[in-house]
Amino acid sequence: MRHAFIAMRAIVLREALRFVHQRERFIAALVRPLVWLLVFAAGFRAALGLSIAPPYQTYITYETYIVPGLCGMVLLFNGMQSSLSLVYDREMGSMRLLLTAPLSRVWLLFSKLLGSTIISIFQVYAFLLVAWLFDITVPGWGYVAVLPALVLAGLMLGALGLALSSFIKQLENFAGVMNFVIFPMFFLSSALYPLWKMAESSELLHDICAANPFTHAVELIRFALYVEWNGMALLWTALATLVFMGLAVWGYDPARGMMTRKG
Amino acid sequence: MSLQVSDLSFSYGTKTALDSVSFTVGRGQFAALLGPNGAGKSTLFSLLTRLFVTQGGAISIARHDLKAAPLAAMADLGVVFQQTTLDLDLTVRQNLRYFAALHGISGRDADTRIDAALDRLGMAERAGEKARGLNGGHRRRTEIARALLHDPKVLLLDEPTVGLDAPTRAALTQHIHDLCNDTGMTVLWATHLTDEVADSDQVILLHRGRVLADGSCGELRGDAPLHSYFAQMTGASA
Repeated sequence: MRHAFIAMRAIVLREALRFVHQRERFIAALVRPLVWLLVFAAGFRAALGLSIAPPYQTYITYETYIVPGLCGMVLLFNGMQSSLSLVYDREMGSMRLLLTAPLSRVWLLFSKLLGSTIISIFQVYAFLLVAWLFDITVPGWGYVAVLPALVLAGLMLGALGLALSSFIKQLENFAGVMNFVIFPMFFLSSALYPLWKMAESSELLHDICAANPFTHAVELIRFALYVEWNGMALLWTALATLVFMGLAVWGYDPARGMMTRKG
Repeated sequence: MSLQVSDLSFSYGTKTALDSVSFTVGRGQFAALLGPNGAGKSTLFSLLTRLFVTQGGAISIARHDLKAAPLAAMADLGVVFQQTTLDLDLTVRQNLRYFAALHGISGRDADTRIDAALDRLGMAERAGEKARGLNGGHRRRTEIARALLHDPKVLLLDEPTVGLDAPTRAALTQHIHDLCNDTGMTVLWATHLTDEVADSDQVILLHRGRVLADGSCGELRGDAPLHSYFAQMTGASA
């Protein structure tokens, strides 16, 4: 048991060290949601009227509305970023080193996932801090209550990245993931507009958004930021985490021989 | 026996990569897995390191069956992959610490082992350097030092001298031979370069997924140089 935790700490630490070495990645992770918050939201503010809907108890500005979605965006991009680094790891061989350690593969993959989730959460808090500096705030306890929601949402999106990385054969195919996973997942969710607003224009789009696990991750974060409970979002996010994790374990199953094949 | 491969077969769809491969390597033995490119060496290594699971046959590492007791078998196995697996942004010591932790070794114990392994490979003074700054030979030495940290009983090296100059190749080959003699470690060294094999070494000649010959290098080659024997054997079956 001690062995397993020593290894987990080392894997998490390595992810952290790697993150520290990639300062551009941190800046990009911070700038991306801030551009949305400060530029996009400012433009939309006038165009989009938001009525009172839970967890909000008063009229809110559009900037306030999209904060949870942008937290989700940080987690989503970071999850995919770690998926990219996993494909890179596999091409560079360091994944081999990890997978030949005398520990269960599920544990090793989970440790990797935990490492990337911790880094994601750090970035979300950095974003919330900057948003706070721009006077876009949530209730004080919300900053604490959101932590478990961020952990779960981060694990879910990290697990999705992990699962995808086992199916992406080469680094070059990663652009496809951007187009077919990140963008649809982000835009077809409640991150930028509430679901009822979506239903006004198309029922089908609304249904797709309602089924998108990212929507539920965002709602979980949204409610937690206002210290409110959302059992449905929690259930969906937890279920999606399990499914993605199962896919990742399956993807990295040696019986499927996903590692580089050569004679 | 320290490393035993019995009746191992593996195919990628309809393409057979290994066909009933069997051999054993005893304790303290240096065995050269000799084969041209595409012989099935890398597939065999992927099976030995559990990156692929066996489709037919069995592998035993230090008396642990790889299928029945994979973690115990992997704990006794050291691997140097063909491709470098160092994290180039980390220092030599950080790379080794990471690996030690994957094997459950931490703290002072890890530091002591790292110092000893680096010292043995003549890399002690480079412990603080980033892996990116090392030349090919030093990267290889670091990887070998890393593979020795957990005192494996069996060491696998997959074409470890690829891309290295002649003196570095000779030094590394000699070093691993010494390691075999001094520590009783079992070594399986995959290569297609015959000058890396000594007469006292065991040679397992792999070609097109099958073992063509298995025995002491001196006995197999007779009076002919090993490269002629190798060319004759692999050419004869072409």
